[in-house]
Amino acid sequence: MRALDAASRKDGARRSMTRRQAVFAGFCLCCLPRALRAEAFAMEEVGPGIFQRRGPNAEASPANNDAIANIGFIVGRDGVLVTESGGSLADGQWLRAEIRKRTDKPIRHVVMSHVHPDHCFGAAAFGEDKPNYIGHHGLREALEARGAYYRQRLEDVLGPEKAGIVVYPTQSVKDGAEIDLGDRILRFTAHATAHTSCDLSMIDSGSGLLFTGDLLSVGRIPSLDGSLNGWLKEIERLKGMGARQAVPGHGPVRVELAPALAGIGRYLGTLRDETRKAIAADVSIEKAVQSVAQSERGQWDLFDDYNPRNVTVAYKELEWE
Amino acid sequence: MTYAALALGLSLTAALASGAAQAAGASDTDADRDARWKEIAASIFKDRAIQPTETLVKVDAPKRAEDAALVPITLTMPEKDRIKAVHLVIDDNPSPYAAHVSFGPAADPGELKLRVRVNNYTNVHAVAETKDGGLYEAAKFVKASGGCSAPMGMSDEEAMKGMGDMRMKFAGDVQPGKPVEATLMIRHPNFSGMQMNQVTRDYTPARYINKVTVDYGPKNVFVMDGDISIASNPVINFAFLPEGKGPIKVTATDNQGGRWEHSFTAPTASN
Repeated sequence: MRALDAASRKDGARRSMTRRQAVFAGFCLCCLPRALRAEAFAMEEVGPGIFQRRGPNAEASPANNDAIANIGFIVGRDGVLVTESGGSLADGQWLRAEIRKRTDKPIRHVVMSHVHPDHCFGAAAFGEDKPNYIGHHGLREALEARGAYYRQRLEDVLGPEKAGIVVYPTQSVKDGAEIDLGDRILRFTAHATAHTSCDLSMIDSGSGLLFTGDLLSVGRIPSLDGSLNGWLKEIERLKGMGARQAVPGHGPVRVELAPALAGIGRYLGTLRDETRKAIAADVSIEKAVQSVAQSERGQWDLFDDYNPRNVTVAYKELEWE
Repeated sequence: MTYAALALGLSLTAALASGAAQAAGASDTDADRDARWKEIAASIFKDRAIQPTETLVKVDAPKRAEDAALVPITLTMPEKDRIKAVHLVIDDNPSPYAAHVSFGPAADPGELKLRVRVNNYTNVHAVAETKDGGLYEAAKFVKASGGCSAPMGMSDEEAMKGMGDMRMKFAGDVQPGKPVEATLMIRHPNFSGMQMNQVTRDYTPARYINKVTVDYGPKNVFVMDGDISIASNPVINFAFLPEGKGPIKVTATDNQGGRWEHSFTAPTASN
């Protein structure tokens, strides 16, 4: 993780972060009293016909249009598949313009990897393409519960013109699904509750790359919003999917899969073990948020912004074991 | 707004602005907050005088909540022999009167912990009621919002799984004469009535634990009247005196007629 850690330092987010505003407590979409200057990353070709833009390890702010996740597209023989749509209408529009700089092929599919706004709110930018919006079978319900709430929060930060509307999946993946772009096949897996209740991953047959969504985060601290035990199980599953390299939801846009999964597995395993210990020793939740997983602090950007919340979520789950 | 009619009977139009107006209280002045507290206090305690205190009750809470739907609150009442009851009020919540806990003869009221929802930047007030009828208040300002309307992150069916299950944990070894710390956990979604399916526009109806009674043998430890501000899967830390006989019995009811009873074996001094 050393190299990754060094890479993430360049984002400049560590330590200089102020705490996220409580209006966003609990969700990836967070704004900062002092807006971070978002480092703009450019579109990068990470594989044949695969373009990705790295998201900075920051929170949503007026300066960055919530363009904080790794997003991009794959150009196939028969059309374009958007791998992640972006964090706002503005981010999605930027992505669409980047696609049009490179190809005139129809944009046929937009992947929605899970419910969080930094991954979903770009979808509205593709309305005129009438694409197939593909998501986990739990995504619709999750968007129904939270979409309007996220939209309001996003409008508070970016304003209504830039925020975008909630878009629902048109194709729902129950276990697995395939999309054929003519010269390559995308194979989707709907995961059990892990990072969220609706995580969808995808393997591209053309490059062998695994697109993990936020089941994998590199350098940016993972945020727990589903099930800790479930996430650790799904990490084992990702290890067995036959991919050597991956495009994570956050972090460098192409990473070696094994060490990256080891890194997130170590954090989540530490979170689980130390939270269990705290519960067994009658350490209260408000003390546990200060003590659990502190050995991981130097390894992740935004640690102090998310670790206490992750401990809270973990504690809630594990105290009933 | 349907959540005006709540267990504790407090309906306060000023605070019922809207579940969606999350930030409304963030910019209020101290004068606004004082006025709101006076209005709430008058509706709960009528014309009884409330003295500020720095000794009879203290409220501890994170200044900024990690999770607005689970804000841990600790109430400390060091002069415990004087305490009869404590009231917890979250001024800017839609239904501010979060809990009323009255202590029985088997209680040690020195410390009580609860987990609450906080819907807005707010003062959290604790009012201790002494055995001679005095009321004493302390407050803590908490920054959090959306805790009452935050979606559960799972389906209603899933949230209701195991409803009424309970656990009780006891901390440490029992020493004769020393209070025993206990943690009561109750499985219950405590639906606030403000959690909405955004598409059907249906609110999950409020369903919350409205009364928890804990007895140690024939003696009462405490009775808590609760409301929608109590976090889902309520957890209450309390202490009791170890002199009792018989099991610890917990009875919980909710506002929709749910009733659950569990008995736990009380630890005894091992000497």
